[in-house]
Amino acid sequence: MSREPEKLCCLPSQTVGPFFHLGLTADSTRGRLCTAEAKGERIRLRFKLLDGDGAPVPDGMIELWQADSSGKYDHPADTGAGERDPGFCGFGRLATDADGTCTFETIRPGRIADGKGSGQAAHINVSVFARGLLGRLCTRVYFEGDPALAEDPILALVPAERRQTLLARRGATAGESTFEIRLQGPRETVFFDV
Amino acid sequence: MRTYPRPEAGDQPTLLHPAYGSSIKRAPTQPLILIPHTLSELTGPLYGHNPVGETDDLTAQHAGDPIGERIIVAGRVLDEDGRPVPNTLIELWQANSAGRYRHAVDNHPAPLDPNFTGAGRTVTDEQGNYRFITIKPGAYPWRNHPNAWRPAHIHFSLFGPCFISRLVTQMYFPNDPLMPFDPISQSIPNERARQRLISKFDLSLTQPEWALGYRFDFVLRGREATPFEEKR
Repeated sequence: MSREPEKLCCLPSQTVGPFFHLGLTADSTRGRLCTAEAKGERIRLRFKLLDGDGAPVPDGMIELWQADSSGKYDHPADTGAGERDPGFCGFGRLATDADGTCTFETIRPGRIADGKGSGQAAHINVSVFARGLLGRLCTRVYFEGDPALAEDPILALVPAERRQTLLARRGATAGESTFEIRLQGPRETVFFDV
Repeated sequence: MRTYPRPEAGDQPTLLHPAYGSSIKRAPTQPLILIPHTLSELTGPLYGHNPVGETDDLTAQHAGDPIGERIIVAGRVLDEDGRPVPNTLIELWQANSAGRYRHAVDNHPAPLDPNFTGAGRTVTDEQGNYRFITIKPGAYPWRNHPNAWRPAHIHFSLFGPCFISRLVTQMYFPNDPLMPFDPISQSIPNERARQRLISKFDLSLTQPEWALGYRFDFVLRGREATPFEEKR
């Protein structure tokens, strides 16, 4: 006899507060997602977290979740063809510094297939936490100049004039990109309800 | 198939909650953009399979015993159907019994405890069970408003099975007189949802002559599909 499962409600989130480093970011190796063997184009991806005054947020935390260079996630729900890259870890986590910045060493992810032949443009899923943020904010890093942007089904849900807030900008040095996260203001970053 | 229904309005904090001063310049002002759940949201880091250096006894990290009331905090990690979430990472951090964090920016003039760091991590077992041994944290003042005090709390971070299930929250203690004055917990509009963050004293979890027990279950997003779901 099967029993009707109990319906529960997910717990409310609360802010990480100013002291999260103690529990969450003592392990600084979480800024490097690729080993020397990882396949794909290496990028140094710098985040800059800014508040409503344009001031740096020095007590924030950025988490990344991304596919490898072939677009494969290291997760059983990714049942698509191909092997995941054993030299790559899709998770990263860093605290912002006094300038509101942190820099990850990763690879540019591949396009994400949807099994129907189209899929999503290359992107990195980002979670933002900070003192003052009562819940996690979710956004995505896309890559400036990627021809696949025009067909991405998630970007299509974003008003055209705000899409540029989701693009990592190439730096002066090859392989360096910056992604600004503006929590408020005229160029407020797009955040998603996942 | 597992789905991830959206939480009810009022069950999650209001991001812009002016009584919590730090939210005023940091909460987004534009509405969040609702997106469907793609492979990017339905996957996520799975840490249970990797060694993480578990430290589930926060009273045994130094040469001596920390000062304070020794407590056991235990429970289960469940989805919204009450099914256990096995092999998932739980991280916690907290103040010591005097209400002081071992952190450079905490300048509350209460003593640090040389025998207490205040951070730990563990992984749930196959039935979703977890258990920490720690010290009951103290309340502490903060400068949010005149004479502001945080109720005693423990910070928790969990991943669950995918990107959507990620949760960072705070666990409170029963009958804390500071709760009604705390803008962080009061940012959750629904009283019933707020109550879910309060642990329960549990005599069966106590260890006689040694430690008190508090039970706290984490419920992460996710449940089995029903024909009525995902209309949004």
